[in-house]
Amino acid sequence: MIIAEILSYPFLARALMVGFLISVSSSLLGVSLVLRRYSMIGDGLSHVGFGALGIASLLSLSPMAVTLPVVVVASFLLLRLSERRSGGDSAIALLSSSALALGVAAVSIGGVNTDLNAFLFGSILSVSKSDAWISFGVSAVTIFSYLVFYHQIYASTFDPVFARATGMKCERYTNLLAVLTSLVIVVGMRMLGSMLISSLLIFPALSAMKVAKTYLRVSVIAVAESVSAFLIGFILSYALSLPTGASIVIVHMCFYLLMMAAGWWMRKARTSV
Amino acid sequence: MELIKGDDITIGYDGEPVVSHLTFSVRSGDYLCIVGENGSGKSTFVKTVLGLIPPLSGQVVFSPSLRPDSIGYLPQKSMIQRDFPSSVMEIVLSGCLNRHRRLFGYSREERDKAESIISRLGLDKLSSSSFQELSGGQQQRTLLARALMATERLLLLDEPVTGLDPQATAELYSIIRKLQEDGITVMMVTHDIHPALNDADMILHFSHTGYYFGSRDEYFRTEPGLKFLKEAGHDHS
Repeated sequence: MIIAEILSYPFLARALMVGFLISVSSSLLGVSLVLRRYSMIGDGLSHVGFGALGIASLLSLSPMAVTLPVVVVASFLLLRLSERRSGGDSAIALLSSSALALGVAAVSIGGVNTDLNAFLFGSILSVSKSDAWISFGVSAVTIFSYLVFYHQIYASTFDPVFARATGMKCERYTNLLAVLTSLVIVVGMRMLGSMLISSLLIFPALSAMKVAKTYLRVSVIAVAESVSAFLIGFILSYALSLPTGASIVIVHMCFYLLMMAAGWWMRKARTSV
Repeated sequence: MELIKGDDITIGYDGEPVVSHLTFSVRSGDYLCIVGENGSGKSTFVKTVLGLIPPLSGQVVFSPSLRPDSIGYLPQKSMIQRDFPSSVMEIVLSGCLNRHRRLFGYSREERDKAESIISRLGLDKLSSSSFQELSGGQQQRTLLARALMATERLLLLDEPVTGLDPQATAELYSIIRKLQEDGITVMMVTHDIHPALNDADMILHFSHTGYYFGSRDEYFRTEPGLKFLKEAGHDHS
């Protein structure tokens, strides 16, 4: 009933579709990012995205046209930084907070027309028609390339040395992951907020790893978790008038705790047999 | 037939030579043990043979029948994440990605081959088990199966028994010996004297002052060979 009500508003139906696609792509990418210990990169990218968004709104430029290239470039920079043996994590932290500061400054110079809250924590209202089409395209590309390169991404995540030794160009897949992650962050950021988008990458993978022990199962469960958390969070946010991003992340958190308990219970059941 | 050959090559990192004027060759069917103290060039040698770093001078020459990217490599265990969620089957199948051409998924032949290798290494019952829940010996056999999936001609094993208990160690050595008897060429980096003493035909010994390359019997009459025996408690002189 409540779903029919949501679908009767075109802007909500649009947001629902965009969010659904983003949930699928972000959970797939998240599995590889978490296993490669790149979780911080997702976080850094969302801060850079916020900075770019702030500046775009100050200069009255198209938000997507500015944030997309900036975040893609930043993703390569962050990857290189994270591979540095020392100081990589602090460099990422510095870059994140600098981008955030620039964004906040830009938004406040911009003044009354921009809503800082919506930038930081997302807003359903911000999904315009053209955004929806871009999101649709980006998610389709992400999901398609992930499925085509699924085995290669798996192999270069599990054991990059072996993959390289048998002639695989691992850097290609790392770069592919970086670009896809940037795309998903930029597209998802406006609805979920730049502070919360990185949890969409990390929560599904972490939750799935609590209960599943093979790569395929982790991927499938991550997608299922991500989609369900999104739908439940979206409906809750509509019913209780909560910010969408926050209510989705709260549902993710509940799922994570549940799966942690399930994993603990499964281990206990196995050892007691 | 020579599979891999190096003639007067110098290997090292970033222009810093680790081993100079190295001449060696691996013939088809050989069992070569690569031994020597830490930091003497064993890992540098492995990386050079795998093509991960270029030699500083000279060239590692592969027989035309052996593609340089089809060496069955078993990396050092420390390089793999222990908590990675993956089934045995997923890991073994990933060994054939170097020749994989399909857009989606693995072919029937690839799956059949993986299954036959899995049962050859006695992992039948574990093929859908999770890697992180296997014993150390089973994990190494899984990675060995992946190496066989990449090639059935040449295995390069980097300290395969590190961290295994004596029984699992003996089991793994016997599997490797059997594979070599079936015609697979074996190159193995090891700290353990037993495979060098019992199974190898050829020895490549690295030390900070130079290297030895030659037959096993000869090696255990040279000074580094005798020293290795003595350190391992096999000094019967």
